[in-house]
Amino acid sequence: MRYLPLSDTDRGEMLARIGVKTVDDLFADIPKDKLLQGLIDLPRRKGEMEVERILSRMSARNVPASSVPFFVGAGAYKHHVPATVDHLIQRSEFLTSYTPYQPEIAQGTLQYLFEFQTQVAALTGMEVANASMYDGSTGTGEAVLMAHRVTKRRKAVLSGGLQPHYIDVVKTLSDMASDEVVTLTPDVSATEDLLSQIDDSVSCVVVQSPDVFGNVRDLKPIAEKAHQHGALLIAVFTEVVSLGLLQSPGSQGADIVVGEGQSIGNALNFGGPYVGLFAAKSKYIRQMPGRLCGETVDADGNRGFVLTLSTREQHIRRDKATSNICTNSGLCTLAFTIHMTLLGEAGLTRLARINHANAVKLADLLSGVKGVEVLNRTFFNEFTLKLAKPAAEVVERLAEKGVLGGVPVSRLLPGAGLDDLLLVASTEVNTDDDRAAFVAALKEVL
Amino acid sequence: MLNRQGRPSSAGTAGTNEHPTFTGNKALAQIEPLIFEIGHTETTGVDFDEPEAFTPRLGGMERKDAIGLPGLSEPEAMRHYVRLSQMNYGIDTGLFPLGSCTMKHNARLNERMARLPGFSDVHPLQPASTVQGALELMSELARYLVTLTNMTTVALSPKAGAHGELCGMMAIKAAIEARGEGKTRNVVLVPDSAHGTNPATAALIGFVVKPVPARDDGWVHVEDVKKLLGPDVAAIMLTNPNTCGLFENQVSEIAKAIHDAGAYFYCDGANFNAIVGKARPGDLGVDAMHINLHKTFSTPHGGGGPGSGPVVLSARLAPYAPVPFVTVKDGELTLVEHEEDAAETPFGRMTAFHGQMGMYVRALSYMLSHGSDGMRQASEDAVLNANYIRASLSDLFSQPFGDKPCMHEVLFDDTWLKDTGVTTLDFAKAMIDEGYHPMTMYFPLVVHGAMLIEPTESESKASLDLFIATLRDLAMAATTGNDKGRFTGAPYHAPRRRLDETRAARSPVLKWTPPASVAEAAE
Repeated sequence: MRYLPLSDTDRGEMLARIGVKTVDDLFADIPKDKLLQGLIDLPRRKGEMEVERILSRMSARNVPASSVPFFVGAGAYKHHVPATVDHLIQRSEFLTSYTPYQPEIAQGTLQYLFEFQTQVAALTGMEVANASMYDGSTGTGEAVLMAHRVTKRRKAVLSGGLQPHYIDVVKTLSDMASDEVVTLTPDVSATEDLLSQIDDSVSCVVVQSPDVFGNVRDLKPIAEKAHQHGALLIAVFTEVVSLGLLQSPGSQGADIVVGEGQSIGNALNFGGPYVGLFAAKSKYIRQMPGRLCGETVDADGNRGFVLTLSTREQHIRRDKATSNICTNSGLCTLAFTIHMTLLGEAGLTRLARINHANAVKLADLLSGVKGVEVLNRTFFNEFTLKLAKPAAEVVERLAEKGVLGGVPVSRLLPGAGLDDLLLVASTEVNTDDDRAAFVAALKEVL
Repeated sequence: MLNRQGRPSSAGTAGTNEHPTFTGNKALAQIEPLIFEIGHTETTGVDFDEPEAFTPRLGGMERKDAIGLPGLSEPEAMRHYVRLSQMNYGIDTGLFPLGSCTMKHNARLNERMARLPGFSDVHPLQPASTVQGALELMSELARYLVTLTNMTTVALSPKAGAHGELCGMMAIKAAIEARGEGKTRNVVLVPDSAHGTNPATAALIGFVVKPVPARDDGWVHVEDVKKLLGPDVAAIMLTNPNTCGLFENQVSEIAKAIHDAGAYFYCDGANFNAIVGKARPGDLGVDAMHINLHKTFSTPHGGGGPGSGPVVLSARLAPYAPVPFVTVKDGELTLVEHEEDAAETPFGRMTAFHGQMGMYVRALSYMLSHGSDGMRQASEDAVLNANYIRASLSDLFSQPFGDKPCMHEVLFDDTWLKDTGVTTLDFAKAMIDEGYHPMTMYFPLVVHGAMLIEPTESESKASLDLFIATLRDLAMAATTGNDKGRFTGAPYHAPRRRLDETRAARSPVLKWTPPASVAEAAE
C-alpha cells in the first residue's frame, strides 16, 4: 500500500518490542464479539490510475460552470481566481499544517490570519474581524447567538430578503436553543416593513444587502431604529465583491457583519468548502465566536502573532464557551487573503465595477425579451426576472440548450407562490457571447 | 561524529545568534513584513480592463470612502506568501505527533481529484440533471461511511467535527421532542476527559451538562454512568477510542444502560481512525457519531480547516437527519432540499447548500485508494506505531493509567518531570528545536501536564526510531537537571522565540493600524 511505510518485517520487530504476539492483542479492549475478523464488504485497494479513472468518470457527468454561459448565483458566485492562489495554497507548509497552537512554528499561518482579519475589518467597515467561520450561513447563525449574549434578549427579526438557506440555518439553531425568530415574508420589491417589528424585546435585526433578490438595501434607518431599542443590526452579504462598490455595512451602523467570502479566492465546489467572514464592533469582542489572531512579541522582542482571547473558546470554557466552533476555514481563508492581496483596492473596486456593468448590460438585454420583466430597481451583480412561464421549467430547458441560466426562486422557496421568478447573476466571467447565447436560448424557451 | 541515525552523537550548545546579520535575516529564514507595510492601494496583481461607461443601478448606495486595501503585484505576492509558508511546520516537514488531531499523510492524488472541474467548478444550485456525477459521489461517499460504521444513514452536510456534533445532538433533541419528552429530558452526560467541543455543543442547544468523573484507570465505568442516569437524561457524549488513547472497554454495557434509561448514545468519532475496519460503531450501540473527514480520511488540515463532519445515525435517529440529502427519483439522483419534500421528519438545515463537497471528493479518493484492506491496515499500523512509542519510552516517561496497550495515541503525564523545573510546555518547545512538532499538550484536562502523542500510520519505523531516540535524549537532559535552559528558554531555533501570549490577551491587537506618522500624513 503506497501510503503505508511499514513492512511486515518492521511490524514483526515492533510487535516484539511491544511484547505482544499479534496486532489484535493491541485491540483487546474491543469486546471479543465486536472485533471484526474479516474485511468490511467494500472494494480492495486501488492504484492511482484506477482511482483517477473512477472519479474522472463521475466528474465528467457534471456540467462545469466554465464550460457554458453561466448565470447561477443566489449565494455562491463564479469568479475568476488567479492561478497564483491555487498554487500557493497547495504549498505543503500551508496545506499540511494544523491550527496554530504552537505559534513559534506557525507564524506563516498566524501572519496571514492577522492580515486576513485586517482586510475583512476594512472591507466591512468594522473594528475587528475573526479568523473565519465555516461559511456565511453558519456565521449568520452564530451572529444571532452572539447578539443574544450581548443584549441578553432572545428574539431575532429576520428580513425576508435573507438567502432562504440562511433563514433555515438560523431557524434550526434558534428552535433548538428555544430562541424566538420572526421572519418577514420574502418580498422581491424590498418594501418589507422591518421597522415596525423592532421593539424592546428584540435582540437583533438581520438584513442582507444585496438581498437574495439582488436589491441593494439602505441599512441606516434600520440601524437607527434598532439602536433606539437596544437591539443590534446584523448585516449579511453573500457576495463579498459587492463591498468593493457599495457603502460598507459598518458605515451604515451595523453592529455585527457576517457574510460569505467564497467569491474571493474560492471555487464553487458544489457548495463547499467556503469561508465565513465575521466582523463586529470591538466592544463586543469578548462575545465573538471563533478564533482570533493577535499581535505580540517573542522572548527576543521580535513581533509575532498568536491565537488570543481563547478564554471565549470551547477548549478552555467548555459548556460556557461563546461557540462550539473549533476547526474553521483555514485554507479557504488563505485563498481569500491571497486573492484579495493580488487585487488590492484598485483591483477589487474595478472588479466590482465590471460585475455591476456586466449585470446592467445583461438586465438591459433580457428586458428586451418577450415574456421577461426585470423586477429590480437596484442591484449589484444579480437581479430577479419575472417570466411568462414557471422558472424551474425554463431553467431545465435552458440547460438542455447548454445555458445555465440562474436559480428558480421556487428552488429556494417552494410553495411561496413565486414560481415565475428567476434569480440571474452575472460576473466578470461573462462575455458578450455568453449574454447573446442566454438571450437567444431564452427567446426559444419562452 | 555521527551516530547510526546520522545525528551528532552529542548535543550541541543551545545558544544562537553568535553572528547577527545586518538585515535580521538568517539565510533562508527571511523576515517578512505585513502586506500593509509593503503593498499600496493603487498596486494590483490582477489585470482587468475598466468597463465602458454605464449608468449604475445602485440606488445611490455607492461607496464614497477609501477601503484601505493594499495590493501586491504577482511576483511580490508570490514571494510574500512563500516566505510566510517557510515559517510553518507541516506534515510534509516532519513528524507531527499531535494527539487527537491525526496528522496523517495528505495524498496529492486527492488534491488533484478535488480539482476536477466536474467537482470544483459546479454550482450547488445548478439543475440536478447537470450534476449527476456530483450527486453520485455524495451517494457513494455515504455508502462507504454507512458500511464502515454499520449505521443506518449519514448526514453529510456538517462543516467540521464540532458542527457534526451539533447535528447529532440536534437529531437527539428532535427525537426526544417527538417522544414528548422535550421539557423533561435535558441532561447530557459528558466525561471530564471529553473534547471541549462536546460540552460546548450540548450547552449551545440548551442541554444541561453533567460531568462523568474520571477514574484512575482512564476508562468510563458503567456504574458511574448508571448513577447519573434517570428520566432527565437525554444522552451521553462519549469519545471512543477516548482522549486518553484507550478503547472504552465497557462500551457495550454503557450503551445498554443508556438505552435502557431511554437516552441516546452520541459517540465523538474524532478517534475513529484507530478502529476503521476493526470495529463498527453500529455494533457498539452508537446512535450518532460524527466522522472528521480531515482526520480519519486525511483531507488536509490546512492550518485549521476546512474540515468536514458527516454524522452517521442509527435507525432510531435516521428519520430526523437534516436536509439536504441525496435520493433517487425516476431513475435520476436528486437532492431533497426542503423538510416538506422529505418522506421522513428532518429537524432542519445545518448549512447553506450541501456541505463540504471538496472534502467529500478527497475522502472518497482516500477510501478508494486504501480499500477495505488498506483502511484496516492503516488502523492497525496507527495503533502499532503508538504502542511502539509507548513501549520505547515507558521506562522514562510516566503513564497516568499504568503501562497497558493504547490505541492510536499514547498518553503520558508530567509526573516524571516533577522537581526538574521543566514543564510539559518547556519540553514541547525543546522538541521544536529538535525539528519536531510537539505532541498535544495539557489535554485531556484530567491528566496533569498531559502529553498526547499520535504518530499515525504514515510514519516509517526509521522515523519512529529517530523520534524515540530524540525524546529519550531530551528526557535524560530534563531529568539530569543541569541543562534546564535547553527547555525553559526554548525554542531557540524556530522562526520566533517563545511568544508572549499574556501580552496578546491583555491588550488585544487584532488588526494592523497605520503608524501614527503615516496616519497623520494621510490627513
